[in-house]
Amino acid sequence: MAIAAHDANLHGAIAGKPIEYQDPHQAVKILGFWLFLATDMLLFGCLFATYLVLRTHTDGGPTASQLFDVPGFAAETIILLTSSFTGGLATLSMRNGNKKGVMAWIIVTILLGLAFVGLEVNEFITYASHGATMQRSAFLSSFFTLVGTHGSHVTLGIIWMFSILMQVKKRGITPETARKIFIVNLYWHFLDVVWVFIFTIVYLSGVVM
Amino acid sequence: MALDHKSQPAASHGHHSPRLYIIGYISSIVLTAIAFGLALSHTMHFGPLLVVLMILAGLQIIVQLFFFMHVTESDGPPYHSIALVLGLFFTFAVAIMSVWIMSFGSQVS
Repeated sequence: MAIAAHDANLHGAIAGKPIEYQDPHQAVKILGFWLFLATDMLLFGCLFATYLVLRTHTDGGPTASQLFDVPGFAAETIILLTSSFTGGLATLSMRNGNKKGVMAWIIVTILLGLAFVGLEVNEFITYASHGATMQRSAFLSSFFTLVGTHGSHVTLGIIWMFSILMQVKKRGITPETARKIFIVNLYWHFLDVVWVFIFTIVYLSGVVM
Repeated sequence: MALDHKSQPAASHGHHSPRLYIIGYISSIVLTAIAFGLALSHTMHFGPLLVVLMILAGLQIIVQLFFFMHVTESDGPPYHSIALVLGLFFTFAVAIMSVWIMSFGSQVS
């Protein structure tokens, strides 16, 4: 009876809320991170607005449809969408208390993130070698600023995920590391949404135009 | 599925299934494939195509928020949803109104 009651109690306290929300100090940090995402969205909103206004201002230089390579940005898209899924699986493993699962999925996500950044750096170098540098036209300035800001966000996300990987390895899944795993994945999913708009507005529209 | 017994008991508790994540991933891949297919097949005019692409991108926001980001969960009132809706409103307002106001410049010159 006593064991059953204790077990039921444990169930009640935990089944209601996922581990990252159990400590109010951690829960308020998750709210804070959502607020950050709302403001980071505004940063990208301004960069998208700039790109949309300037995208036809090519000054006789290369245009979007001459520059963009469909297989290249299709690969970047698939890689980032998949990494968003594997990041989600890290959150799922965290909620299941599976430390090895968390670490494995974070490593997969980091590797996919590195592949994405590698492709993007390669893409930028290819453009620059064809004379399409940031200084060439207003279109290219706004393009490199928008896509480069997203790429630097992804780079920061990779470093951040690596630091969380080390913390999980050392401390296991505690309410604090659980919250950190949760918010780094919120950030990662957010970057995936931004990329969806980049491939829609910049790449696909650019190729069709 | 080895549970880690060194972590707190709360952590090694209950089992959540990956079903939602798999549905979310498949939806995002399908939406992306539709967007690429429509844009690269050149069957639609640019204006309507852009509208359809933006709707598909909007659906991707919903997929990420509900299947991956657990947007419905919070500790207390859903303040984060209010911030998110406001953020989205300002973001789209800035982008759409910038395009609108700058379209007058190209008509003049």
